[in-house]
Amino acid sequence: MTRIHMAGAGGLLLDAADGPFSDTTQRRIWATSRALNPRPDVLQTIPGVNNLLVTFDAVQTDPSVMEELLRTVWTQASAEEVPSREIVVPVVYGGEFGEDLALVARFANLTEEETIDAHMASRYSVAAIGAMAGFVYLTGLDPRLAIPRRDSPRLRVEEGAVVIGGGHAGMMPCTSPSGWHILGRTDLCLFDAFRPEPGLLRLGDTVRFVRAS
Amino acid sequence: MIEILTGSSLNTIQDFGRPHAMAMGVAQGGAMDRLALSHGNLLLDNPVDAAGIEIVFFPFRVRFHAETSFAATGAACPATLDDLKLPRDWAITARPGQTLTLRAPEQGARAYLTLRGGLDMPPVLGARSTDLKGGFGGLEGRALQKGDRLSCLAASTLRLPAAGYGLTRPCPLPPADGTRIRVLPAAEHDVFTPESLQTFHSAAWTLTPSANRMGYRLEGQNVLKLSRPLSLFSHGILPGTVQVPPAGQPIIQMMDANTCGGYPKIATVIAPDLRLLSQTVVGTPVHFETITRDDAVQIIRREAAELSRLATEIATLRTQLVF
Repeated sequence: MTRIHMAGAGGLLLDAADGPFSDTTQRRIWATSRALNPRPDVLQTIPGVNNLLVTFDAVQTDPSVMEELLRTVWTQASAEEVPSREIVVPVVYGGEFGEDLALVARFANLTEEETIDAHMASRYSVAAIGAMAGFVYLTGLDPRLAIPRRDSPRLRVEEGAVVIGGGHAGMMPCTSPSGWHILGRTDLCLFDAFRPEPGLLRLGDTVRFVRAS
Repeated sequence: MIEILTGSSLNTIQDFGRPHAMAMGVAQGGAMDRLALSHGNLLLDNPVDAAGIEIVFFPFRVRFHAETSFAATGAACPATLDDLKLPRDWAITARPGQTLTLRAPEQGARAYLTLRGGLDMPPVLGARSTDLKGGFGGLEGRALQKGDRLSCLAASTLRLPAAGYGLTRPCPLPPADGTRIRVLPAAEHDVFTPESLQTFHSAAWTLTPSANRMGYRLEGQNVLKLSRPLSLFSHGILPGTVQVPPAGQPIIQMMDANTCGGYPKIATVIAPDLRLLSQTVVGTPVHFETITRDDAVQIIRREAAELSRLATEIATLRTQLVF
C-alpha cells in the first residue's frame, strides 16, 4: 500500500515499501523520478530505497496539487529496466580499517572470514544515492548481515569506510557521522565535485566487492 | 578586497546553497539564517542570494583594503567600524584600512557579513556555499582563516549616507527564555506512542552543545518511543526534519544535513522557524507546536510577500536618502 507523507510544506515522501525490498518497486520509483524531473513546478526528486522524496516551492505550488500529481505519475509508472554498468570495489577488510567486523560476525553467527566472504559474494545494485555526496545505498546484501544501524550514530566515520546498515551496503565518500557498521576500507574516489560527473556510481549500477591486493 | 583577521573552524562563506544537487547526495547547504543573509543583501542592492560570510565564532574581525559597502545582519552583536558603533542590521561604507569587529551576540547565534556585489568565489555545483563535509565551495571548501583575502563580484561601493543606514525592524531573534518552533507531522508521527506525542508537544527540550550546520540535538527528561518497532528503508530527508533515533532524543536536521536517512521522523520544522532555531543558543529551551499544512503554506507565503515588500521599500528609500 503506497503512502504519501508530508515532508514539511514543500516536500512529499512517497513510501511504496511493502515488506522486503522490491526491485520492481525500485524501478517504478526511478521511472516516477524521471517523469517528474523535467517539470518546472518540481524542484527535485530524491529516490530512496522503495520511496521517493519530491520537493517544490510551496509559495508557488499548492501541496495538495503536487500530491495529486505525484499519485497520478506513480500509478502510471512502469518498472522499465535502466542501463547498468558493473563497478568493482577493492576493499581492505577488518583490522584497524574494519572495527565492526567482529561485532557483525557475532550478529550473523559467522566467523570473521565467513562474514567477509558473505559481503564479497553478493552482486549489489545502486538503489539510491544520498545521505552525503556520492553515497550509494546498495541492495543485495546477504540477509544474514542485515544488522540494524547503531542506536546512536558515530560522530566520525572515515572516507573510504566500507559499511553496512539497515539491510544495505555502502561506502563512505567523505568523512562524516554515520550510524552504519564498518567492515573495511576502499581507496576508490566515490565523489569529486570538480569531475564532469561528480559521483562514481549511477542509479542502477551493479557493484561487486573484492579483496584489495 | 577584505582580509580576515580572526580564524575559526566555523565561519564560512554561504549563499542559498545547492537545492538542485541533493539528488547527487550533496547537502542543500546555504545560510542557516537565510532571512538575515537576504536582509544584508537587500541593504546593499545585491541579489538576495549573493554570497556572504556566516559568522558563529566571535569576536570576528575583518579589515577593508579598499573602499567597500557592507552590511552586518542576523544575531545582535555589538559591532564597531574602528571606533564607530553600528546599530543592528546596518549597512555602511568602509574606507580602506578600517576594521570591522563583531563581538559575541547579546541575542541570537549567527551574524552575516554581506558585501556590495557579493563575494567572488567560483560556483561549485551551482553555488558558492562552503560544504565543509564535502570539502568544496566557498574558499577551498574550508572555514575562513586569519589572513584569508576575499574580493567582491561588482563595484565595491554603493552611494550611502556617511553614517550608513539600516532596518527599523530587524529580523526577529528567539528570546533567551525559549524558542517556539512550528512543525508539521512527518511520516512516522502516528507510530509514536500517545504519551510520546504528548511529551513531544508539551516538554521543554533543551538545545545541546551538539548543534552545528548538520544537525541540532535536543535533550528532554522523557524519551520518545515508538508504539511498535520500525525498520525503515533509507529515504530522502530535508533540512527541518525532526528525526528520533532509538535513544529517543530528537535531532533536527539543519542545512548541511545528510540528504537521506533511516531514523523515524516525528515532524518537520517549517522553513521560517528553522532560521529561528539556527539563532537559538545552546542550553535554551525549545518548544514544538504542530500546525496544519494550510497554516504552514500561509506562513511561508506571507514571509515571501514580506521579503519582496521589504525589497521594494529599501529600493525606494535608497532613492530618497539624504547625503
